[in-house]
Amino acid sequence: MTTLDKVVGGAPVRIDGREKVTGAARYAYEYPVPNAVYVWPVQATIARGRVCAVHGGAALALPGVIAVLDSGNVSRLHPADDAELAVLQSADVAYRGQIVAAVVASTLEGAREAASAVRVDYDEQEHDVVLNPGNPRIFSPRKANAGFPGTLHWGDAESALAAAPAGVDATYTTPAEHASPMEPHATIAFWEGETLTLYNADQAPWMSATALAALFGLADGAVSIVADHTGGGFGSKAVPRPPTVLAALAARAVGRPVKVAMTRQQMFPLVSYRTPTVQRVRLGAELDGRLTAVWHDALQQSSKRVEYTEQTVAASRMMYATPNSHTAHRLLQLDVPTPSWMRAPGEAPGMFALESAMDELAYALGMDPVELRVVNEPALDPESGLPFSSRNLIACLREGAARFGWAGRDPAPGVRRQGRWLVGTGVASSTYPVFTMASTATARAEPMGRFVVEIAAADIGTGARTALAQVAADELGVPMDQITILVGRSAFGPAPFAGGSMGTASWSWAVSKVCRALVRELDERSGVVPPEGLQARADTTEDLAAQGRFSRHSFGAQFAEVKVDVDSGQVRIERLLGVFAAGRIVNARTARSQFLGGMTMGISMALHEALELDPRFGDFTNHDLATYHIASNADVRGIEAHWIDEHDDQLNPIGVKGIGEVGIVGTAAAIANAVFHATGSRQRDLPITLDRVRAAMYTG
Amino acid sequence: MRPFAYERAADPGAAATAVVDGTDAMFLAGGTNLVDLMKLGVARPATLVDVTRLPYDRIEHRADGSVLIGATVRNSDLAGDRGIRERFPMLARAVLSGASGQLRSMATTGGNLLQRTRCPYFQDVTKPCNKRDPGAGCSAIGGGHRDLGVIGTSDSCVATHPSDMAVAMAALDAVVHLRLAGGGERAMPLHDLYLLPGDTPDRETVLEPGDLITGVELPPPPDGAVMLYRKVRDRWSYAFAVVSVAALVTTEGGGSLREIRLALGGVAPKPWRAHQAERMLAGHRPNRELLLAAAEAEFASARPLPGNEFKIGLAADLIAASVRDLTGDLVGEERR
Repeated sequence: MTTLDKVVGGAPVRIDGREKVTGAARYAYEYPVPNAVYVWPVQATIARGRVCAVHGGAALALPGVIAVLDSGNVSRLHPADDAELAVLQSADVAYRGQIVAAVVASTLEGAREAASAVRVDYDEQEHDVVLNPGNPRIFSPRKANAGFPGTLHWGDAESALAAAPAGVDATYTTPAEHASPMEPHATIAFWEGETLTLYNADQAPWMSATALAALFGLADGAVSIVADHTGGGFGSKAVPRPPTVLAALAARAVGRPVKVAMTRQQMFPLVSYRTPTVQRVRLGAELDGRLTAVWHDALQQSSKRVEYTEQTVAASRMMYATPNSHTAHRLLQLDVPTPSWMRAPGEAPGMFALESAMDELAYALGMDPVELRVVNEPALDPESGLPFSSRNLIACLREGAARFGWAGRDPAPGVRRQGRWLVGTGVASSTYPVFTMASTATARAEPMGRFVVEIAAADIGTGARTALAQVAADELGVPMDQITILVGRSAFGPAPFAGGSMGTASWSWAVSKVCRALVRELDERSGVVPPEGLQARADTTEDLAAQGRFSRHSFGAQFAEVKVDVDSGQVRIERLLGVFAAGRIVNARTARSQFLGGMTMGISMALHEALELDPRFGDFTNHDLATYHIASNADVRGIEAHWIDEHDDQLNPIGVKGIGEVGIVGTAAAIANAVFHATGSRQRDLPITLDRVRAAMYTG
Repeated sequence: MRPFAYERAADPGAAATAVVDGTDAMFLAGGTNLVDLMKLGVARPATLVDVTRLPYDRIEHRADGSVLIGATVRNSDLAGDRGIRERFPMLARAVLSGASGQLRSMATTGGNLLQRTRCPYFQDVTKPCNKRDPGAGCSAIGGGHRDLGVIGTSDSCVATHPSDMAVAMAALDAVVHLRLAGGGERAMPLHDLYLLPGDTPDRETVLEPGDLITGVELPPPPDGAVMLYRKVRDRWSYAFAVVSVAALVTTEGGGSLREIRLALGGVAPKPWRAHQAERMLAGHRPNRELLLAAAEAEFASARPLPGNEFKIGLAADLIAASVRDLTGDLVGEERR
């Protein structure tokens, strides 16, 4: 093997970039499949009750209509943990927008028109869709998402709060939010005997295939998912959602390939959303800023069918040193679609509350908010008592402060005026856990010096394909262009999803391991590749089990400068600067995009995103991208992402922590804190819309 | 989406005949709103008559300083027209503040005037809406109405007209040129094109089937006029106005306003010309107190809902800020 410069840590361009910008990259809906027909769902117009009858006659009479499906004429599925996947399995309606029937037709437009001709009779029952803090059905769940304890205490937070010379007690709210990835959820499904192939918009080819095989009662490996390219997901494509199940059911029912693509409007009830939260944070501190108590309670919602508790208070357990802690989730199950993962579930809303409260505490103490965080740096993880594998929050805060020009900041709120603008700055910390799951990968040496690496990873626009090619290139000691990296297919074997920021951390481990194994085999053959090629396979299950016990998290610090228009209350973000400590950065180009993307989504969370519930109908009134606002280009002015060089040998061979989610964590708090600094009015409810700013400035 | 026939009209007469004689026939111009509504099942035409090839695609600057903007002039061409940018800058600004580059390249002048409200209930056929289905009831009044109207509304409808362009045109005293279905021509102030909802929110304009907007005429702006269009919205691009203001003033010695024209967007079922406020301000030297009093008088007949009451104060602040920005600092203005 020749010695080449290592490419991990460089900034190579995306190996699929040209394919994507020229339109050659195929997304799920774009595969040519002969004889495919089109499925259009019919969605419930009540929030709770039963379907009494589905009248499909008028639809069936329309040209090109092949079938009207309902709970009476589709295959029975096996029970799943996720009751949302029991599509058309009963007449029950659990939320408005649920799939209660579907039309299959020879054209997309014909299916849509016919779906509007399907009449559904309901037995409607009273629904309860409001996350009302006074609802007596609120309970304390034992577990939150990802296995976090529902409630956790140490010390005596109540006594410490009562005795604390300084403190904060405030309630923060975040609304329901929708991931709305650029590529709407889409599936092409076809059956060949007892095997099912799905071209699917998917963050998790192997895990989704496994889940769907169980759902359809098929043998392992009988479901094959192809997701060569996926246009974003943010968690909404991390597990199968009802449209994918509908596609498989419809294909089986009509015995032909079918295509399902969500409209933007259909996505809102059908592909999950982030729960709204009502969070109370109480902090107690000594006058030098050291926390004596952290108390954080988060009320959230789930559906009545599925108990999903977003781990909103989890970060408050490990973020700062405190001798006394009480952190709890409370849940109210409603007649709503089940909320689920959306970029940084838990940390994103939870750190908005905690980091806003830290800013309020800094003001209460007359202390710089950066220094307040520094004095509360824990030596060990306060929750587990374990050492951190690496923790560079302070380095991020210091580096960020230097780059942003934080020094000499006048903390006085509401006093900097530039023409019609009030100007302010704010800071907040970011964090996200390091998750890793076992993965398999295959590497093959081919004659003529080429290598093929196969792994059931998903590149959802992150650059994972490129990052894994870099890892393989370094391990194999060949240039990247000698490697064909194949991802996105369940057939490549067990591999985790592009979720929980664990993709590159988990997949790179398997790719590294398999390439090393292949190099060893090649070495044994003096580098001679047999005509049929030479293949190695690796599985990291045992490597993961052998990991040391550490608390593993990425960290960051975000600084915002905002201007608030005194005429209108409009907020303009002039600068947003993040510094992150996330282990080894495999690809500086794609990593910067990931951080910037997370921070931009944080801007949206701070200023724009809110699903507006209409309690009478039980659904979200705004369900398109004209009315569900996310940041536009004009909302993102100065934005910078940096990282510190972090070497952590307690992670995985490449030293990767994962960067998909940490960028959105803390952004909203940094912005809200800057709005306070600008206006003197604290914004504790997201999003910070101009009417809220006006109310706080002029009548509050 | 209902299957539909598509025809390209060869001349205005044929276009009118096709719509009058056709079953559920509608004119199609840029399609940026109509096609969306067809997909959503809100509009269900059986025939679309494409008018974009008709000879209404010119911007004619006349010697007297007026301009005639053809009905099929694309929004992007209108905003980019040099004469418009120089002499009617508020109009260029208003057009550019609407939609996106792609949409503006398709959308036309006539279509922009006739676009439908973006009330979320109007666009959701599973929920009652008097505008879509007369007599069904208004879902917005008791529901999500933050973005909807506060003045000129009724108990049956609180929809707003979403256009930015039309707000600037209202302040510019625009005149709409029509070709009537029967072949005659008619010109009317833009102000008179729109109907307030009353009990018939499904009737939005005075147009009869087959009537075609052929152009919009802007009289020359008064000598010495300065003007602006300011749009307040929930993000800095690609959002409808929460409130917008088109303002034009001329001043005379001593800083008093010789003429002032104010039109508001985002508050009413039509571009809302604030005649009441204009009358109170004309001839006076503006100060913040007077401006807020004028705004208060304008909104005396407002009927805000709990979720959009803030628009009245916002509109008042924008009127004051606009006059401030057009006249220099206001006399005696107390900086808030």
